[in-house]
Amino acid sequence: MKLTLKIWRQNDAKAKGKMMEYQLNDVSPDMSFLEMLDVLNQDLIDKDEEPIAFDHDCREGICGMCSMYINGRAHGPDREITVCQLHMRSFKDGDTISIEPWRAKAFPVIKDLIVDRSAFDRIQQAGGFISVNTSGNTQDANNILIAKDAADTAMDAATCIGCGACVASCKNSSAMLFVGAKVSQYALLPQGQVEAVDRVKNMVAQMDLEGFGNCTNTGACEVECPKGISLENIARMNRELVKANMIKF
Amino acid sequence: MSVLDSKVPKGPIKDKWTTYKDKINLVNPANKRLIDIIVVGTGLAGGSAAASLAELGYNVKTFCFQDSPRRAHSIAAQGGINAAKNYQGDGDSTYRLFYDTVKGGDYRSREANVHRLAEVSVNIIDQCVAQGVPFARDYGGLLDNRSFGGVLVSRTFYAKGQTGQQLLLGAYSAMNRQIGRGKIKPYNRHEMLDVVLVDGKARGIIARNLVTGEIERHSAHAVVLGTGGYGNAFYLSTYAMGSNVTAAWKAHKRGAFFANPCFTQIHPTCIPVSGDHQSKLTLMSESLRNDGRIWVPGKLEDAKAIQEGKLKPTKIAEEDRDYFLERRYPAFGNLVPRDVASRAAKERCDAGFGVNATGEAVYLDFAAAIQRYGKEQAHVKGLDEDDAALVTKLGKEMIKSKYGNLFQMYEKIIDQNPYETPMMIFPAVHYTMGGVWVDYNLMTTVPGLYCIGEANFSDHGANRLGASALMQGLADGYFVLPYTIGDYLADDIRTGAIPIDSPEFDAAENYVRERLDKLINNNGKYSVDHFHKRLGKIMWNKCGMSRNAKDLKEAISEIAALRKEFWQDVKIPGRADEYNEELAKAVRVADFLELGELFAKDALEREESCGGHFREEHQTEEGEAKRRKEFQYVAAWEYKGEPKDAVLHKEDLKYEDIEVKERSYK
Repeated sequence: MKLTLKIWRQNDAKAKGKMMEYQLNDVSPDMSFLEMLDVLNQDLIDKDEEPIAFDHDCREGICGMCSMYINGRAHGPDREITVCQLHMRSFKDGDTISIEPWRAKAFPVIKDLIVDRSAFDRIQQAGGFISVNTSGNTQDANNILIAKDAADTAMDAATCIGCGACVASCKNSSAMLFVGAKVSQYALLPQGQVEAVDRVKNMVAQMDLEGFGNCTNTGACEVECPKGISLENIARMNRELVKANMIKF
Repeated sequence: MSVLDSKVPKGPIKDKWTTYKDKINLVNPANKRLIDIIVVGTGLAGGSAAASLAELGYNVKTFCFQDSPRRAHSIAAQGGINAAKNYQGDGDSTYRLFYDTVKGGDYRSREANVHRLAEVSVNIIDQCVAQGVPFARDYGGLLDNRSFGGVLVSRTFYAKGQTGQQLLLGAYSAMNRQIGRGKIKPYNRHEMLDVVLVDGKARGIIARNLVTGEIERHSAHAVVLGTGGYGNAFYLSTYAMGSNVTAAWKAHKRGAFFANPCFTQIHPTCIPVSGDHQSKLTLMSESLRNDGRIWVPGKLEDAKAIQEGKLKPTKIAEEDRDYFLERRYPAFGNLVPRDVASRAAKERCDAGFGVNATGEAVYLDFAAAIQRYGKEQAHVKGLDEDDAALVTKLGKEMIKSKYGNLFQMYEKIIDQNPYETPMMIFPAVHYTMGGVWVDYNLMTTVPGLYCIGEANFSDHGANRLGASALMQGLADGYFVLPYTIGDYLADDIRTGAIPIDSPEFDAAENYVRERLDKLINNNGKYSVDHFHKRLGKIMWNKCGMSRNAKDLKEAISEIAALRKEFWQDVKIPGRADEYNEELAKAVRVADFLELGELFAKDALEREESCGGHFREEHQTEEGEAKRRKEFQYVAAWEYKGEPKDAVLHKEDLKYEDIEVKERSYK
């Protein structure tokens, strides 16, 4: 099929970016979206032009590296997949496709479609862990009984791949789905209880410091999340935060 | 006498590790603060090592090429992690895990290392649960297990089809705790381009900041590589696009021996290639073989009709199907080890029985499992077991709850519904058992340079069993290296910080800059991918699932010629002092072009078949791999300039606690 691509080009964080137009004439419906961009980049290199910079690595929907805003939607038109899992059969011959980077104050553009998501790392560093040394001298794993439902729900929250689609989709650039998922994973497990108060306070404080917006319950994040992380996680985080703020040691 | 000293402690195998730990040197907590360690790679091995070393009190710097440690390719491991917990009471034990791993590796791994791995496997599960890793549980709240290929017990712990993700996020959370405390300094979007030796010891690295293109010097008292495998030498593989051999290869060029490079795992259940545009292959977890049955048509005319798109697999009668694994290996059936399953699939496809347009696919069929589970569920729920539609519906629900994410992944790529029609699968490069040679301490032949996880060679011999890569990565990083590295660093407590303005650092940086300058100013005709794809074709066709002397000799000369052509004719746009993915790729492919030749040379030299290495000249009458006693050694290669000049050193493998037998899964 033939496609017209409108792609955001920006040299670095300080440069002014703009949309550029490219034509592709021989796209197979069996290609993945990123393979389609590989073909475009090959063309550009052959023509002595600079290829389009985009983040990608595992190309199987789990590393969370790929991050593109396609026709106004994070990770493109399909539900519950990342860009690398999107295939060209989701588009038609003659389509025009616009491709932009994640847009958020807390995610500055590095180049073209690549943004800096290190704010996510810093939020995790503020409390996204259980303080247990890796000595191997912890108790036997089966001494901690965890109800299957709690384990399964914790797992659902833990499947977040940290891609940032939630932030990109939110009109407030809120990171609450991302933070809520991590807070929930530990809040649902007995191992997470000891540090629950500090964790939620510290992670939320860091989230605010990084310049992410607040949640106004539009639910766009849940719709666009490639892993289907539920809005309930935001509610749980808020409950945890209210609880934490009431407790005084 | 070999120059290789494995440093395996004396004594009975059960006591080696315990006794050894009691006697090695320790560094006191105050002195640990004076010691710096560089960890390159932040997957399960590197991430867990960095966290553990920082907890102990060392100053750690981590390096990864991704934008966050959480994205290392360990994240893509699906099925599970083995541990000899024997929670199922099905006869598992440390010895049995040790035995299965050595046998599964076709008696080409080092006994003492594997036993230690089996010993610490139980600690990994305890540790990960304490960290909040949400492993699957049963209704009583206890941990659940599943079974994997090549073994007769259920010892695999799992978190849906995303076990690697959950374990890596566990290690990442442990890292984050130490980053917050200032004990780990993370350098993300950085790539190591050389290791720096001072007075013969590894004392630092040269790294390139992938965002700015800056070349940086970093010093330390020891350097740890946890940089994964080199399967991307084949271009198409289940590895991440960025996975590379560069760090390990630079270590090799600075004196670290490279062991058994030809031992590569080709995983039987991957989604087949769809066309020339293909950039990577996707694995379908081995756990699917618990319930999926592998088959091809029994009649050649049916296979032809399927290849031409004139026949649907569901129309082929049961008696006209060839469940070739069940036929050839009744004891293990569809759960034979990966090397055996892959070769059997290739054998059928080579004979013309493949089931897609190119004839390079076999079926993985869940219809029987859907019926079995459906009947079971109908019985449990007191519903009509003879209602075919109901049974199918209940069975599909059960399969969905077990493998839903994998089925979804398959459907997205192939555009067929695997609940209705069998999956098509074909073997693909998935893991490398070979790697940098290490001794019992996980130290390479360069003092102070360590290598852990998939990047080293030690534990899986010639074939790795499923769910053992995660086990090894975490064992090395959490529970082995933190002890053994202390023994070495105990001599460094008075050394003080290593300066980065020494002639050694100057020389290493110059070398790196020269290579980058050469690449960026080359003005050739073809892109990096052009050369990478051609290398991949040579590797797959001549060093793939079955190998022979003629092909391997051709591969050696073809790769050498391709390397020459690459350096003359590669074209890289842009500059070196900016974000430039083509340049980053070029550096990696340049190293694959050297490694590939050594790979073929190693495969040529190893005149036997074992595990993933199958030499057509050495097979039994039934077409099974034929091991040869005289090759019971580790082939460790010393760098001497061109790959063809590499010098072979042998580490003889002794089996004192396991009898070396013919490896049979019949």
